[in-house]
Amino acid sequence: MCGIIGVIDRGRKEMDGTQIRRALAQMNERGSGEGAGYAVYGCYPEYRDCYALHVFFDNIHENKKEVDDLLEQWGRIVHEGQIPTYDQPNLRKIHAPWRYFFKPDRSLMSWSPSPEDDIVTHLVMRINTDHRGALVISSGKNMGVFKASGWPEEVADFYRIQDYRGYLWLGHNRYPTNTPGWWGGAHPFNLLGWSVVHNGEITSYGTNQRFIRSYGYHCTMFTDTEVVAYLIDLLVRKHGLPEKMAVRALAPPFWDEIDAMGERERKLNTAIRLTYGPALMNGPFAIVVANPTMMMGFTDRIKLRPLVAGECGDRLYISSEEAAIRRMEPGVERTWMPRAGEPVIGRVNG
Amino acid sequence: MTIGSTPPRYRVSIDRDQCMLCERCVEECPYGVFRRNGERMSVNSRQCTACHRCIAMCPRDAINLEEQPVDYRSHPVWTRKVREAIYNQARTGRIILAGMGNAGDYPVIFDRLVLDACQVTNPAIDPLREPMELRTYLGKKPSRLEIRNGGGDDVELVTELTPNLQLETPLMIAHMSYGAISLNAQLSLARAAAATGTFMGTGEGGLHQAIYPYQDRMIVQVASGRFGVDINYLERGAAIEIKIGQGAKPGIGGHLPGEKVCEDVSCTRMIPVGSDAISPAPHHDIYSIEDLKQLVRSLKEATEWKKPVFVKIAAVHNSAAIAAGIARSSADAVVVDGFRGGTGAAPRVFRDHVGIPIEAAIASVDEKLRQQGIRNQVSLVASGGIRESADVAKAIALGADAVYIGTAALVAMGCRVCGTCYRGLCPWGIATQREDLTARLDPDVESEHVANLIQAWTLELSELMGAAGINSIESLRGNRDRLRGYLLDEGILRVLDVKPVGA
Ligand code: SF4
Ligand code: SF4
Repeated sequence: MCGIIGVIDRGRKEMDGTQIRRALAQMNERGSGEGAGYAVYGCYPEYRDCYALHVFFDNIHENKKEVDDLLEQWGRIVHEGQIPTYDQPNLRKIHAPWRYFFKPDRSLMSWSPSPEDDIVTHLVMRINTDHRGALVISSGKNMGVFKASGWPEEVADFYRIQDYRGYLWLGHNRYPTNTPGWWGGAHPFNLLGWSVVHNGEITSYGTNQRFIRSYGYHCTMFTDTEVVAYLIDLLVRKHGLPEKMAVRALAPPFWDEIDAMGERERKLNTAIRLTYGPALMNGPFAIVVANPTMMMGFTDRIKLRPLVAGECGDRLYISSEEAAIRRMEPGVERTWMPRAGEPVIGRVNG
Repeated sequence: MTIGSTPPRYRVSIDRDQCMLCERCVEECPYGVFRRNGERMSVNSRQCTACHRCIAMCPRDAINLEEQPVDYRSHPVWTRKVREAIYNQARTGRIILAGMGNAGDYPVIFDRLVLDACQVTNPAIDPLREPMELRTYLGKKPSRLEIRNGGGDDVELVTELTPNLQLETPLMIAHMSYGAISLNAQLSLARAAAATGTFMGTGEGGLHQAIYPYQDRMIVQVASGRFGVDINYLERGAAIEIKIGQGAKPGIGGHLPGEKVCEDVSCTRMIPVGSDAISPAPHHDIYSIEDLKQLVRSLKEATEWKKPVFVKIAAVHNSAAIAAGIARSSADAVVVDGFRGGTGAAPRVFRDHVGIPIEAAIASVDEKLRQQGIRNQVSLVASGGIRESADVAKAIALGADAVYIGTAALVAMGCRVCGTCYRGLCPWGIATQREDLTARLDPDVESEHVANLIQAWTLELSELMGAAGINSIESLRGNRDRLRGYLLDEGILRVLDVKPVGA
């Protein structure tokens, strides 16, 4: 089942984590107390030029040195430290969360058009596929993912999420069927600037995963959500598609609809389906993805999972439930249900 | 040793209480099994091929047929098959010919793969209520799109797409030439392809005028004999297929005996009446992958880059690397023909012992193309041994874009898989050119039967997809997660990249 929520302030006005914690707890009926998480953008202004790597170590003494060495081989660790946590009675701390602020050495991948991003992607894939007691859970600039096994309130209190401030937040309340109890399996999933929260199950996972693998992305989290982050990274960052067109590839119109379009539209949509057929995501899902400049929500082609959007001033809300939006912003001015496959996009101004 | 020393393969018997001496069987059996003998029918079982024509036509259900009525002393190593082959070769000193597909005792991998269905966490989709998309495009696809973004809804497609074949169902009818099969049979298949929105192959036999009305549904074949190939032929087809090899007989050519080359066949093949049509093993202008690349280009140039060009190879040990080479040429699709593929006639030793099964070939070709990052740029067609809709679903889940069906389409027209196509006396009017026999096959009726089969499989395929929570064929393609192997060994599971049941 799972409950998802996201909020963006287009004027980049910051919000602390109090409201989203409450909104997520509003949807406890959709969770099982075995996983929750938050992504926040704008939380590390003092290191805005560094990649903030959030890492789960199984054991700091045993597993950390290898990651340190690898990072130093590819760049410079500007700052690092434990992510502060506060013991909760019902939450067993099975990982030690750590953060690095990292600057990759561009010259080491100078042939690439985006050397820094490619180095960090490479490192994330490398560390996560090695299975050596370290898991990178977020890797963007000036943002971070905080997640664990537990109810949303417990996870929030464990990290004191209310102490972080940002202009864009995502939250996820999990009802796991795949990897219960595993912190890595909780959402949001992240790669570079992209974070994803997802409610549903992707029946085309095998196809998507094999497609993305031939572009060097390796799915390591044993769940279907990470493939969404990689697909979007490929389509938007590497192939340069406008976000709306990327969603068109992931949840395209039916052929009947395409056949009925005008010449220009039809050509475009046919080309997208032909070229990106293996990226099409099937099965029931509602997804909210974000990067530092925008947040976007969309569902599968026949809307088998709920998704509601709401607006209040500069803020756009997207969630599984209207109640959660109202919990965050009782004065919400407008709410609506986006159509199947139709993205709702909010961008920061300027 | 006399001919009579091997026992007959079949015993035909007539129930005299039922028989009303109508002599229908005498008319129907082209092999001369029946004869009227005074007030009773006499039977020469030795001539029988088990084609079932007499049984299907007898108005009184009076005819019975038994296989292997005479036992040999059983022996696990010296089977009936090997003993009889030796008798045959001792007598003739020749290569043994056989029809239809591989009859070796190999497990069918398809039968050891099971499909997935949804329960609770993801809902199944009901194809009766929700759209189910099976439309498939075969041809080259770009590796990425370039879209110019003018802001807002103003986006413009910059990439030009190359022509693709648009199939309404991922099933096509395989190449069977006029010559190998009758014109009525080919006509029925062509009409069925047109009616179901798919395509069929011409085989290496040229394109008969009677098929011209369906030419936009035909994939014209260019094989090593180049029979029937001219610019008119190439331009008429919807696509062109270069045949390098065939699953039933990898590595060897083809041979249409002169007796089958009647006036009409001679015209479409462009060879003299009564001459043997021999297709050599290799194309005499293809001795390397570069040569193939040039042929693909020449065909493309000749047809002004308007037609997709397919390349068909037999499934052999190294198919994956060969397919990767083909994908690098301008070819639009690679067709892989597994060792169960049917044929009119092939040396038995090839039919039963050379090549690999289509399941393994598709899996390894798909994987190799993915490793090289070129899978989605070229289409992959599986052929050879597809017997039912579940096989289609499994072939697609293993990585195929579409499949070719050959034998199944013939069976829909009455073929009983008797395996005697090479005699040219097919009692069902399929693998024959004898007029009285071809007249038995009515294209109006049989085209409908074939179309029904394609439609039925298409419906079953949509049900299978719906149950798996998938509403578009793209999401089944290469989705090996939705397959599990049942009693397959670890080695095969690794090649297929499929988990065992329960995992
Ligand atoms: S060859 Fe066919 S028609 Fe003739 S007897 Fe045998 S089954 Fe009947
Ligand atoms: S096509 Fe005719 S001869 Fe060939 S197997 Fe079928 S029934 Fe027998």
